[in-house]
Amino acid sequence: MSDHEQLESQIDQWRGYVQRRRAISAGDVEEMEDHLREQVTDLTSTGLDDDEAFLVSVKRMGNLDEVSREFAREHSDRLWKQLVLVPEAPDGGTRLWRELGVVLALAIGAGIAVKAGIELIDDELVVMRNIGLFVLPFLAGYFAWKRKLTWRVAGVLLVPFAVLAVVLNVYPFEPEGSTLFLAASHSIVALWALVSVTYAGGRWRSDARRMDYVRFTGELVIYFVLLALGGGVLIGLTLGTLGLVGIDFEPVLEAWILPFCVPGALIVAAWLVEAKQNVVENIAPVLTRVFTPLTIVMLLVFLGAFATAGGPLGADRELLILMDAVLVLVLSLLLYSISARDALAPPGLFDVLQLVLVVAALAVDAVALSAMLTRIAEFGFSANKVAALGLNLVLLVHLAWSAWLSVGFLRGARPFGPIERWQTRYLPAYAVWAAIVVVVFPPVFAFA
Amino acid sequence: MHIDKDLVAASATPLVLGILADGESYGYAILKRVNELSGGRMQWTDGMLYPLLHRLERLGYVQATWGTSEAGRRRKHYAITQDGREALADRQQQWSVVADALKQVWQDVQVPPTVAEGWA
Repeated sequence: MSDHEQLESQIDQWRGYVQRRRAISAGDVEEMEDHLREQVTDLTSTGLDDDEAFLVSVKRMGNLDEVSREFAREHSDRLWKQLVLVPEAPDGGTRLWRELGVVLALAIGAGIAVKAGIELIDDELVVMRNIGLFVLPFLAGYFAWKRKLTWRVAGVLLVPFAVLAVVLNVYPFEPEGSTLFLAASHSIVALWALVSVTYAGGRWRSDARRMDYVRFTGELVIYFVLLALGGGVLIGLTLGTLGLVGIDFEPVLEAWILPFCVPGALIVAAWLVEAKQNVVENIAPVLTRVFTPLTIVMLLVFLGAFATAGGPLGADRELLILMDAVLVLVLSLLLYSISARDALAPPGLFDVLQLVLVVAALAVDAVALSAMLTRIAEFGFSANKVAALGLNLVLLVHLAWSAWLSVGFLRGARPFGPIERWQTRYLPAYAVWAAIVVVVFPPVFAFA
Repeated sequence: MHIDKDLVAASATPLVLGILADGESYGYAILKRVNELSGGRMQWTDGMLYPLLHRLERLGYVQATWGTSEAGRRRKHYAITQDGREALADRQQQWSVVADALKQVWQDVQVPPTVAEGWA
């Protein structure tokens, strides 16, 4: 019997191998597997053992590259994998329709939450600072439903959520003060970290799940922007056409369409990313290939500009924030190309380019920081400056250690695995920093 | 005896259509039939049969339906269509022209005996 078990595992392996061919569909694999099994049965009845019969059968099946090329010639459309959101197959169909129903309900729910917030709270600023609290629970709800999150995990997640809600609304912020703005913006990051736990189905310690969440975030941004562009076109056409007829569409747009469509688009984008997983190649890593060399050029221009500017760089927080933005950009380029890299592939030209990118970013940041630190000390620390500096520090540590690890990788002293692990292990640092800015900064800076 | 790849490819369509004209069948059985008919001398790459069947399906020569095998696995069965029968008749004519021409050539030309044997 153990013999047949081995045959089964061999067939499983073969199936997995064939399934990876994009030109060969699931139905074809099934058809070929049936063929393989018949052949094995016939051969064993002539006296071959399972192992021999399997080898002969696989050999007769032919070179899979050639077979899959033949399939590709016949079905070139399959290479452009189609995004079938609700397949027609009778078995999987109802589940996916139900998912569509849940997604639409959550999308509308998020819209209702925002709309209710706007109607019930007069102060627009209060609505804006709570916007993440209105919308993101619905996204988390989608993942909680999809991943069948346990009640215990969901309950544990409610605690930090409630803390954020209380802090944002109970702290005696000065209206339009910088700590209020900082807390509101950083609360989104903290909430995003909470969503990650639902995304991972509670297994937030897993490196693989964290990397999936990074991928998800990148794809979500791209899908959301695409949906927003499409929506913008529709809104523009409607505004123009109704304007010609003499109907003022703007009040409806502001009061109803935007509060419902923007949060709704976020939920729908999340669903699209989930649905097309493994169907379409991720686009974020493709973009990193294009933008890594361009960003290197940009950073070199910065360095040149710093060197020729002569006078001391301004110490205003704009430069700090710009530097943070540069580091975030470099970090995302790094993260998304790592997320798509085959960990077993040997170091290549692109890995060198990436190291150049990170080193250039660190150099730009170092020049800017050193020019600013003295002046910051002179003018004292404001909440904004400390927040920007702190983020800069968190990013610096992330990038510097990545650079150090990739030097080792390029010299062949280290495998790629540690670089990947470092990225995912470090991610909670951002959540912690965001939480500090939300919870600790306002009292320290007197809610100014 | 090794049969040239191009010849195998050219004869594949009429062979499959001809086998299906006898009654509906499925991939493995079609290959077994090809083996029987050629006395095991026409060796196909098994995997290549399926893209061919799909092409015939797209051209409307055969119709595929999912059924179950004796072992309970899902199995795709192929049956020839009217278009397929017409295509088969067409191919048959083409091949008989070719075969006739070849036969006459074989008669006219004295085929040299296989010289390699004694040298091996």
